[in-house]
Amino acid sequence: MNMMDYTGVSVFIEQRDGEVQKVSLELLGEGRRLADKLNTKLIAILLGHNVANIAQELVYYGADEVILAEDAMLDKYVTEPYTKVFTSIITEIKPEIVLMGATAIGRDLAPRVSARVYTGLTADCTTLEIDEETKNLLMTRPAFGGNIMATIICPEHRPQMSTVRPGVMLVGERDTERKGSIIKHQAQLDASDMNVEILEVVKETKKKVKIEDANVLISGGRGLGKKESFEGLELLAKELSGLVAGSRAAVDAGWIDRDFQVGQTGKTVRPGLYIACGISGAIQHVAGMEESEFIVAINKNATAPIFEFADLGIVGDVNKVIPALIEELKSKK
Amino acid sequence: MKIVVCIKQVPDTTEVRLDPKTGTLIREGVPSIINPDDKSGLEAALQLKDEFGAHVTVLTMGPQQAEAALREALAMGADRAILLTDRAFAGSDTWATSCTLAAAIKNLEYDLIIAGRQAIDGDTAQVGPQIAEHLNLPQVSYVEDLKYDGSSFILKRVFEDGYHLVKVGKPCLITTLKEMNEPRYMSVMGIFDAYREKQIEVWNLKDITVERSYLGLEGSPTKVKKSFTKGAKTAGKVFEVDHKEAAKIIVDKLKEKYII
Repeated sequence: MNMMDYTGVSVFIEQRDGEVQKVSLELLGEGRRLADKLNTKLIAILLGHNVANIAQELVYYGADEVILAEDAMLDKYVTEPYTKVFTSIITEIKPEIVLMGATAIGRDLAPRVSARVYTGLTADCTTLEIDEETKNLLMTRPAFGGNIMATIICPEHRPQMSTVRPGVMLVGERDTERKGSIIKHQAQLDASDMNVEILEVVKETKKKVKIEDANVLISGGRGLGKKESFEGLELLAKELSGLVAGSRAAVDAGWIDRDFQVGQTGKTVRPGLYIACGISGAIQHVAGMEESEFIVAINKNATAPIFEFADLGIVGDVNKVIPALIEELKSKK
Repeated sequence: MKIVVCIKQVPDTTEVRLDPKTGTLIREGVPSIINPDDKSGLEAALQLKDEFGAHVTVLTMGPQQAEAALREALAMGADRAILLTDRAFAGSDTWATSCTLAAAIKNLEYDLIIAGRQAIDGDTAQVGPQIAEHLNLPQVSYVEDLKYDGSSFILKRVFEDGYHLVKVGKPCLITTLKEMNEPRYMSVMGIFDAYREKQIEVWNLKDITVERSYLGLEGSPTKVKKSFTKGAKTAGKVFEVDHKEAAKIIVDKLKEKYII
C-alpha cells in the first residue's frame, strides 16, 4: 500500500427515505474542519435510490465533491449492496479518511467495509484530531462504559475509518454560495448481491426510549413550578441530543411519566452529562445520578444540597436560564 | 442445524468504579460475566436447539480464564465449547480478532453463526460483521427477534426509527441484542455435565489455518496511542450570575470538557 496515494476526507451520507440524517451533516462539518487542516478536499459519498436531489445540499454543507451512486437495490439499507458499492467507491477514489455515523446503519456497514479493504476502524469516536507530525488521524473514544478514554491511530493502513456518535460534532454553516462537483458512480450490482430479503419495513416514530441509555439527561424537579416548564427542557434536550427525566417530585406532580424518574425509587443513570433543573438534591435523588460524568445544577436556592454534587452550579431562576442556554447553544452552531 | 455462538468474557462494567482520588479504574473484585448481548445470542441458539434439535457450539477467544464463560455456556445447555487461546493472538484489534475467529469457524460446520452485537468493555459492534466478511456470509445485525421457518431465518432487525423484518437463508451470521430474550439459568444437571461430562477444547495457533501476519498486534491495523481516564472529580464551582451569563458559563464549560 502506498500511503501517499490516499488523499481527501470522505463522509458516508446516511439517508433514510431520501432524508439526510443529522449525523451526516455533523460529519460534513467535522470533515470540513479536518480537510482544511490537511489542506485537502471533502468528499461526500451518497448512496440510495432517487436521491440525486440531496447532492447539492451536501455541497452547501461543506462538500467539495459529491459521489453519487443510485440503484434500486440501494433504496433501503441492506448490508451487501451498500458494502459492495461503498467499497468500490473508496477503492477508486482512495480517501485518507472515511467518516460514518455510529448509527444502526453505520455500525453495520463500516466494519464490513473495513474487513473487506483490510483497514482499521475505530468505533463511536467523540473527538477527532490530526497529529501535527505524522498527519495521522487521532481518534478518541470512550471504553469501559465511558470510564476510560482511548486515542486510537491507524498508522499503516488506509483509509483511516471512524464511526462518530450522533450529536457530538457540529453542523457547519449552510452556504448556498458554495460550489462543488457532483460525480455519478455506476453502482455495479446484480441480483445475487441482495442476499437478504426485506419482508416488511416498520416505522416506529415513538420508539421506546430509556433514560438509562441516554448520554445526556435534562432532569426537572419541583423548582420548575409548572408542567409547561418541561417543554423548555424538551427543547434543551433536543439541542443536546438528550432525553428529559425528572425527580420524584416532578413525577408525583404529574409533570412527567414514572418511566423517566431518576432516583432510588426510579432509575439509576450514569450519563455523560446530567443537568439538574430545579432539583434540590434529596439523597434519594442523588443516589440515582451521582455517578453521572458531568453534573450541572441550576437552582434558585444557593443552599440546595444538589450543589454539593454538581461539577458546575448556577444559582438562578431555572425558567430563565434554560431559554438562555438554548439560545446560547443555537448561536454557537 | 449447526449453530456456532461467539461469546466474550467481559468484566461486569456496571461493577467497575473509578477511584475518586486518582481517577483510575478499580479492577479488583470486579466479576467476569458472559457479555450480555452474547448471552442472549446463546439463549436464542438454545431455543433453536429446544425446538429443532440444533447442535450448539460456543467459541471464545481469550486467555485461559475465559474457560469459565464456556463452562457457564455448557451448563446452560451448549453441546460443545472451544477456547481459542495463544500468545500470538495477544493485542488483536477487531480486525485481527475477527480474522482469527473466522479461521476457527472454518474448521467447524455451521448453518448459523451468532455473535452479540457488542461487548460492554469495548462497545465496538465490529467483530460480528467482520467475521461475516471474512467468511463471505450474509449478515444481519441488531437482531431483536429470530424465527426459523424450516429453511430460512426470519429476523427483526432494529434501527433507531423502526425495524425491518428480513428473511435470510443458511448459512448466515447474525448479531443479537440483549433485549431479545431473558437468558436461562444454568440447570443443576447442566452444571454437573459442564464440569464432569463435557470437555472444553483448547485450540491454539497450530489448530487453525491463517496467515500469521494477520494475527495479534502485528496484524491489527489500529493501535492504541494512549488511554486515559477523565481525571479525578474536583469540587464544582457555583456561580450566582444573571441568566445570560449563566448560559455562557455552562456552554463554555461543556465545550472545555468536550461534552459538546
